[in-house]
Amino acid sequence: MSECPVCAVQITFSNDTVVGELLECPDCGTELEVTALDPPALAEAPETEEDWGE
Amino acid sequence: MRIGFLHSLIRKEEKLLIGEFEARGVELVMIDDRKLTFDLFSGPDVDLVFERCINHSRAMHGLRLVESTGVRCINTSDVSRVCGDKILTSLALKEANVPQPPVRIAFTEASALEAIEQLGYPVVLKPVVGSWGRLLSKINDRETAESILEHKAILGSYHHSIFYIQQYVEKKGRDIRSFVIGEECVAAIYRTSPHWITNTARGAVATGCPVSDEISSISLAAARAVGGGVLAVDLFETDSGLLVNEVNYTMEFRNSIETTGVNIPGLVVDYVLEKA
Repeated sequence: MSECPVCAVQITFSNDTVVGELLECPDCGTELEVTALDPPALAEAPETEEDWGE
Repeated sequence: MRIGFLHSLIRKEEKLLIGEFEARGVELVMIDDRKLTFDLFSGPDVDLVFERCINHSRAMHGLRLVESTGVRCINTSDVSRVCGDKILTSLALKEANVPQPPVRIAFTEASALEAIEQLGYPVVLKPVVGSWGRLLSKINDRETAESILEHKAILGSYHHSIFYIQQYVEKKGRDIRSFVIGEECVAAIYRTSPHWITNTARGAVATGCPVSDEISSISLAAARAVGGGVLAVDLFETDSGLLVNEVNYTMEFRNSIETTGVNIPGLVVDYVLEKA
């Protein structure tokens, strides 16, 4: 379980969560990135950059 | 077998692909492009690197650096270089005689305006590097052209003064996205929107599209033209047949699995393992 860095709600990771994964905070809707699993940690996901895409 | 998984953020697509690799018992070596340093000589200790970066520039250069150490990559750096640049894509399609909408390229506001008037209104001005339908401008008249060109020249980085101008294609509210894996067009979707931009990233709705012989043929031709591999091809339907709009080399498919009934990530992973 980790804390949303924006609204502080507690977020539980699923068993197959991986580092780098994007999650949406169920409370405030902020897009978050999993930055560590042990201990679990979240950060706000980076802003879209100009060369992002397919 | 060890597969290097070159990535940054793990989106739904990457999660599905990781699941498919794990289901096949493959050892994945996760390579986060944000943590990499290169010395020009050392490469990852893997059989093959599979690229899923979100940044085009990192993907292209990262792949080239990895390839230089003798490790094969899917897609290749050449494919990323061509697909990530609309001018290079158009050239590759032209050289392979794959039909595409008429385009003009210009380097100054004045010559871009002249090129736009040559093509005739409306036209679509696109950044040479960019995706998800961002920063596209549909230009309906000269006054708008002058304004947008000036804004891009003054406010944009130098990249935005390389003007890629495409004749506007009336696509009647939808385009086609096809998925090519190796030598097979495995699936296709319609992307429908009331907006003239029909990227699903911009809210277009995906529905299943039967893979006709024409779709398969032009998709494979487009994929071969850019170097082949795992590719998504965007197609316009016109009265004179299909035209290739773009070819995407780090394809997104989250909206296309249930829609088509095709396990796209599973087929991608099978292809990667076959090539490793």
